[in-house]
Amino acid sequence: MSLSDADIATILLTLRLATTVTILLLIMATPLAWWLARTQSWFKGPISAIVALPLVLPPTVLGFYLLLAMGPNGAIGQFTQALGLGTLPFTFWGLVVASMVYSLPFVVQPIQNAIEAIGNRPIEAAATLGAGPIDRFFTVVLPLAKPGFMTATILGFAHTVGEFGIVLMIGGSIPSETRVVSVQIYDHVEALEYAQAHVLSGVMIGFSFLVLLALYTFQRKRKAVGMTYGR
Amino acid sequence: MKIKKWLGFILLSAFPLSLEAKPIQVAVAANFSKTMQSLVTEFEKNYDYQIALSFGSSGKFYAQIKQGAPYELFFSADQAKPEVLQQEGLVVAGSRFTYAIGRLVVWTVRPDFANKIEIKLKDGVFNKLAIANPKLAPYGAATLQVLSHLGLFDDTQARWVRGENIAQTYQFVHSGNADLGFVALSQLLGRKNMIEGFYWLVPDNMHQPIKQDVVLLKRAAQSQGAITFLDFIHTEKAQTIIAEYGYITLNGGQE
Repeated sequence: MSLSDADIATILLTLRLATTVTILLLIMATPLAWWLARTQSWFKGPISAIVALPLVLPPTVLGFYLLLAMGPNGAIGQFTQALGLGTLPFTFWGLVVASMVYSLPFVVQPIQNAIEAIGNRPIEAAATLGAGPIDRFFTVVLPLAKPGFMTATILGFAHTVGEFGIVLMIGGSIPSETRVVSVQIYDHVEALEYAQAHVLSGVMIGFSFLVLLALYTFQRKRKAVGMTYGR
Repeated sequence: MKIKKWLGFILLSAFPLSLEAKPIQVAVAANFSKTMQSLVTEFEKNYDYQIALSFGSSGKFYAQIKQGAPYELFFSADQAKPEVLQQEGLVVAGSRFTYAIGRLVVWTVRPDFANKIEIKLKDGVFNKLAIANPKLAPYGAATLQVLSHLGLFDDTQARWVRGENIAQTYQFVHSGNADLGFVALSQLLGRKNMIEGFYWLVPDNMHQPIKQDVVLLKRAAQSQGAITFLDFIHTEKAQTIIAEYGYITLNGGQE
C-alpha cells in the first residue's frame, strides 16, 4: 500500500500551507513578542491573554467564528470584499489566515520568553555604544534570542501541519486548495478506507516525531536561555 | 494489528461506564438528529425506558461499533454500513430495516433567490455550491446524481465546497458563505413552523433513493429496551413522525 496521487497532493499542500504560515507569523509575531517582552503597559495582560486564547479554545470554536467572520456578512468578509478580494472561506489564503490565528501563541511565546531572558542590560549597553533601535535588534537581540526563534519556527510549522478542526470548518475540502493531510486522513477513515488512512497517518506520526526529536536534540545541545517553551 | 487494539482501547475509554439503570445506547446519523429527538420524546412518554442518543457520522459509528462501542441500535444514514456490519456478523439477523428515505433540497438564505433557486442553479448564477462530501455522505452521492441528471456536473464542479457531512453543508449555506447548497429536507423542517431561507425540493426521480437503515447490534440481542424501541420505530405513530420531518417512509407516509 503506497500513497496515491491525491494523498501526495494533500502532503504538498500541507507543506505549502505550513511554510507560508510560519514565514508570515515570524514576521508578524516578532514585533508583538518584542513589545510584550519589554512593555510595562497595562495592556500587557489583556494582549497576552488574547495571544494565548487559541491554546485553550477548541478549534471548532475558532473555526465556527472564523467561518462567520470571514463570510459575506462578517467583519473580515466585508473588509476583504471591499478590497475586491472576495471572501476567504474555502480558499488557500483563508486557511493561511485561520492558521495564523491558531498557531500564533506557539510562535509569539518562545520569542517573547527568549527576549525576556536577555534582559535590559545587553540592549542598554548596545544603546550606550551608539546602536540605534534597528541595529540593536539585528546585532544584539536576534543573535541572543536565536534559540527562541528556532523553537518558534519549529513549533509554528509543526502545529500548522497538525491543524484539523479549523480546516474542517472553513476549508470545504477542495483538492489542492484546502484539502490538507489531516482532512484527507479523516475522509479515508470516514469512507472506511482504513489501509490508506494507516499509510498517511504513519507518515504524519513519523514526521511529527522527527520534528520533535529535532527540537529536543537542539534544545539539549544548546542550553541557551529562553529555550524552554511554556514556562 | 496492534494499532487496531490501541484504537479500540482509545474508543472504549471515551465512553464512561455507568452503574445506574442503564439507558439504551443509540447511535444516530446526524441528518436524523431532530427527528430522533421527537421520536424519543414520544417513546419515553409511553415506555419505561431511558434512551441515550449519540449523534455523528455513520462512518465514525461504523468504526466505533467494530471496535466494541456499547451501542445497541445504529441508525445509519445509508444502507451500506449496516450491510457491512451484517456481513461481519455484528448484527442481529432480521433486524435491518429501512426507517426513512431522505429527500434532497437545494437551499439558500439569500432573499433575492426566493422562488428562483432552480433557475439560479441551472444558469450557474451563484458563488459556491455547498454539497456533502459524496465519498462520505449518502446525501452527497445523491447530489452528484442530481447534478449529472441536470447536466451541471462539469460546469459547477469548480465551485463545489464539500461539507464533511450534511450538517456542515447546512452551516456553509446558513453562514452565507455559499449561495446554494444541497441539504436534507429534514434539516429545514426540523424547525417546524419557521423555515429559514428558501428551498427547491429536488424531484426524487433525479437520484437513487437515500435509504437509511437501522440495525440491532449483536451485543444488544438480549436488550429488552432496545428491542422495544426498534418495535416502536415500526409503528404507524413513529412512521408518521418521521414523515413529518420530511422523510419518505416505506409505510407510504410522505410529507
